[in-house]
Amino acid sequence: MAERATFRVKRGLAEMLKGGVIMDVTTAEQARISEEAGAVAVMALERVPADIRAAGGVARMASPRVIKEIQEAVTIPVMAKARIGHFAEAQVLQSLKVDYVDESEVLTPADEANHIDKHAFEVPFVCGAINLGEALRRIGEGAAMIRSKGEAGTGNIVEAVRHLRGIVGGIKQLGALGREQLSAQAKELGAPLEIVEEVAEGGWLPVPLFCAGGIATPADAALVMQLGAEGNFVGSGIFKSEDPERRARAIVEATTHFNDPERVAAASIELGEPMRGDDIGQLAAEGELLQQRGV
Amino acid sequence: MADRHGLSPQRGEAERLRIGVLASQGDFGAHAEMLRSLGAEPIEVRTAEELSGLDGLIIPGGESTTITKAIERDGLEPAIRAHADSGLPILGTCAGMIVCDREHLGLVDAAARRNAFGRQIASFEVELKVGGIGPDPMRAVFIRAPWIDEHGAEVEVLASVDDRPVVVRQGQIVLCAFHPELTDDSRLHALLMAMATAARNRAAEVRGISSRG
Repeated sequence: MAERATFRVKRGLAEMLKGGVIMDVTTAEQARISEEAGAVAVMALERVPADIRAAGGVARMASPRVIKEIQEAVTIPVMAKARIGHFAEAQVLQSLKVDYVDESEVLTPADEANHIDKHAFEVPFVCGAINLGEALRRIGEGAAMIRSKGEAGTGNIVEAVRHLRGIVGGIKQLGALGREQLSAQAKELGAPLEIVEEVAEGGWLPVPLFCAGGIATPADAALVMQLGAEGNFVGSGIFKSEDPERRARAIVEATTHFNDPERVAAASIELGEPMRGDDIGQLAAEGELLQQRGV
Repeated sequence: MADRHGLSPQRGEAERLRIGVLASQGDFGAHAEMLRSLGAEPIEVRTAEELSGLDGLIIPGGESTTITKAIERDGLEPAIRAHADSGLPILGTCAGMIVCDREHLGLVDAAARRNAFGRQIASFEVELKVGGIGPDPMRAVFIRAPWIDEHGAEVEVLASVDDRPVVVRQGQIVLCAFHPELTDDSRLHALLMAMATAARNRAAEVRGISSRG
């Protein structure tokens, strides 16, 4: 009689994470710090994006041992990243009972043409997107949560802002179209028509939209929340900063009180140095942008 | 952004119930939308000031550790307690059930067990009969849900799953382990609003008596 893994149940957990911060962690100790700071969930991975960038080579799913240690260390949900198209990594993560799988461009893609068929899984998925078309394609494949991609590991918010504005603006544009225009628009977006219709009618994605890729300060968190993000993923921004504990707490506070500049200001005092940022133009020139993977 | 979903019903401003929805973290937006659809005025609550002048309060689903820390950080506990002490109703769903239990705000004489049904992969939905809202079952969506392990005599159990209490009531406080706001079934919200109306009428009666006296 009880039904598990319905789309509503999968989406449901993402709904519960709204207004919160999901933090990248590589160890049980970092997971504990995140939970103590008020994170709504942690994302287990081998290295934070800034280190993936620095190390080069192939970035894969975190080791099951580390994921288990993190699961034992905290009571909040534990997410983990799988490579784009690597459904066997996702199967492993599901067997470990992680709460969400992030099919992530931050890891080295395993399949250049296809994403994972996320409908085939009981564990829910979150996927990145740089624009509305990409978001709707991922939802069509079964993603129950979307995050704007930004540019992970840079500490530079500019790409996250561009992607978020693109997605939110795209939703508004859809709402202004007549029904007869939606088919052509779906073709242009490269997205399933029924999901395009759902967004045009509902005025929002059928799943929660979070922001990722570049948040390094409380003001960054407040900015993207005001632009329409429903919650935040913070990767390198916390554990690559001088005082991760305080910075984590401050970003949590700013994500709740995003409309209150005095609170964001107060939260921003004495946090130590943020992570060092990267210039996007230089990364682009070097062909180092992660956001181009698996669109 | 507050009106991202484009709902703006206009009716009987003077009589509309003002129901707060704790918005520190969680799915407060879905609760606000449901309240609006029932004709109440939802108020997003992030500060102690926003807790004054309410007819009722919803503590939504979310991460109970995050919400508990936010209540402490933002000094909301005295105002929530004052709300409860003045006989105003509260509906706590999922994390809200945990936040109100003995170990946390202590508003209900019950012990909630966090993540009692297991991790996300064990989350489920089921038809569930709930006492006090009519004979038809609700579609109950449980997300990493708690249950009530143990409770005092004052606590009435309105629904159970496998003999575990998942909807309970003590006085003006209703706690629910699942998520009515993720469905179209607004009966628990309507119950909260009925309790809020009754509290408003009681207060008006008291004022009437004292002004006549």
